[in-house]
Amino acid sequence: MSAGATSAPRPSVSAPLSLRDRLRARRARAVIAQRPGPLVYGILTAVFVAAVFPLYWSFLIGSGDAGTINDQARSWIPGGNFLANAAKVLENGSVNFWKAIGNSFIVSTVVSTSVVFFSTLAGYSFAKLRFRGKKGLLVFVIATMAVPTQLGVVPLFIVMSQLGWTGTLGAVIVPGLVTAFGVFWMAQYISQALPDELVEAGRIDGASMFQTFWYIGLPSARPAAAMLALFTFITTWTNFFWPFIVLDPQNPTLPVALQLLQGNYFVDYSVVLAGVLLATLPLFLLFAVAGRQLVAGIMQGAVKG
Amino acid sequence: MSSPTLVKPGRSPRRIAFSQAVGRWDIRFSPYLYISPFFLLFAVVGLFPLLYTGWVSVHDWNLIGGQGDFVGVKNFAFILGQSQFWIALRNTFSIFLLSTIPQLAIAIIIAAALDTNLRARTFWRMSVLLPYIVMPVAVTLIFSNLFGDRYGLVNTVLGQLGFDAIRFHTDVVASHLAIATMVNFRWTGYNALILLAAMQAVPRDYYEAATIDGAGRIRQFFSITIPQLRPTLIFVVITSTIGGLQIFDEPRLFDQYGQGGANHQWMTLTIYLYNLGWGQLNFGRAAAVAWLLFLIIVVIGLINLAITRRIASNEGTRK
Repeated sequence: MSAGATSAPRPSVSAPLSLRDRLRARRARAVIAQRPGPLVYGILTAVFVAAVFPLYWSFLIGSGDAGTINDQARSWIPGGNFLANAAKVLENGSVNFWKAIGNSFIVSTVVSTSVVFFSTLAGYSFAKLRFRGKKGLLVFVIATMAVPTQLGVVPLFIVMSQLGWTGTLGAVIVPGLVTAFGVFWMAQYISQALPDELVEAGRIDGASMFQTFWYIGLPSARPAAAMLALFTFITTWTNFFWPFIVLDPQNPTLPVALQLLQGNYFVDYSVVLAGVLLATLPLFLLFAVAGRQLVAGIMQGAVKG
Repeated sequence: MSSPTLVKPGRSPRRIAFSQAVGRWDIRFSPYLYISPFFLLFAVVGLFPLLYTGWVSVHDWNLIGGQGDFVGVKNFAFILGQSQFWIALRNTFSIFLLSTIPQLAIAIIIAAALDTNLRARTFWRMSVLLPYIVMPVAVTLIFSNLFGDRYGLVNTVLGQLGFDAIRFHTDVVASHLAIATMVNFRWTGYNALILLAAMQAVPRDYYEAATIDGAGRIRQFFSITIPQLRPTLIFVVITSTIGGLQIFDEPRLFDQYGQGGANHQWMTLTIYLYNLGWGQLNFGRAAAVAWLLFLIIVVIGLINLAITRRIASNEGTRK
């Protein structure tokens, strides 16, 4: 494809086109605008089934009883035992599911609030304030995203145990209080969403630096901050490795409690999969309310947390 | 730039001087103050532990007794002499490749399907993202059931079709496929949306021009879409490398024992690290594994970078 071809469909730019060429160009645009055929819907339906089926399966087994899983003649319609199985999960003394739900809410809420606040503050500073070394420091922040900090678990655990924090929620919350991704994400958004004039106007009116941030920077960053909060909440809610290491089964977060359901010699999958659905339920609700924003956030360049 | 409006009439000169000084400090130091939480936290929970891992790895160190004698490279020599380490390395790469390559291929197809003039566009995009909100622990519990050796749905269906059952919890390759499927389940749709965004950024003129030149849909896809996606593909590959080589949740919970299989069939490096540190309480050796894995990730990152450079410069000569 030559460079000339790209400008061909624009009659205003290139030499006057023949009628035939213009008709071809119109047909080309029509082809692009036309509705997709059954192949595209077929692919997407297959993806939809692949996304939903494992969850439906969990409900199918989670609403049966211990025998359902081995029953070759099982029906594809869920049974009536889901609440009974869920109750078994919640009442299991060695799993502490209720406590885990509460802990996961506390940890995810505190971490996402903190990440949003400190990332917005730092992002605002990088995007709108003048200071020496700014460029280098921002590059440093971005570079840290490529550092696999998870590999520092051994010393982190040593430090936490010397502080006496192992087994407490603080050990899970503190390392997540602000992220490089959050800082980068907010800096990018604020630099294009907040006009410099507005910041200067605030300063001229006599606001202090922090007041300018609070009354001008923060409100302008609201859409990006909401998305950052969503993604941080999900990442924290689903995080397993570090909480699994540092928390004990008496005081777990949800993923840590959930894996205990499988930790017995005899695994009753009707109970395990009921627990899976219980642990996912809050994020289902979040998805129902904010799924559109999640899609938009990823398409605007959110990366894996 | 302490502006005059700050000073109310009737204040003493000394107070004016003081408030001006405060204003100057405010301007000079606030920017640093605002970015400092990130740097402090990164230093304490990111950089320091990573460097301190090196210190721990050259000592006898156990979970209960704490720091022991300096032993030099003994821990590293021990690890490198263990067949378990090499098996774990093989498993980590195998699972990583099985989850990255098919995942990208499928994500591109999904993105292409989403990048059409669809009805109910939001519905399809959301349905693709649904698995992302299921935590890896939950995904693993669901799939290790589906892939159950005896009563799992996959083997039941295979049996009804007249095939032999696959021993997902015994065979090396089968277990890796099962674990890679879990990773793919959760991340394919997410990456498809990233690629969709990149596809939508391709100028529509290109497609119009190609259509005029007589290129079909398939040809357009390979000659326009794929080359335009290259930077995004590289980004996705790099992020999934950093995460993928540290995989833990899925192989850990693939069976109820969490050791990565009776013969370490699906034991990854991070599971090995965990077993050394919190199973055998040997922090020195666990730290050595952490450092080796860190080096591997850095090397892969540099290779990625070199390939990216190469591709970028090829791009320059071709145009």
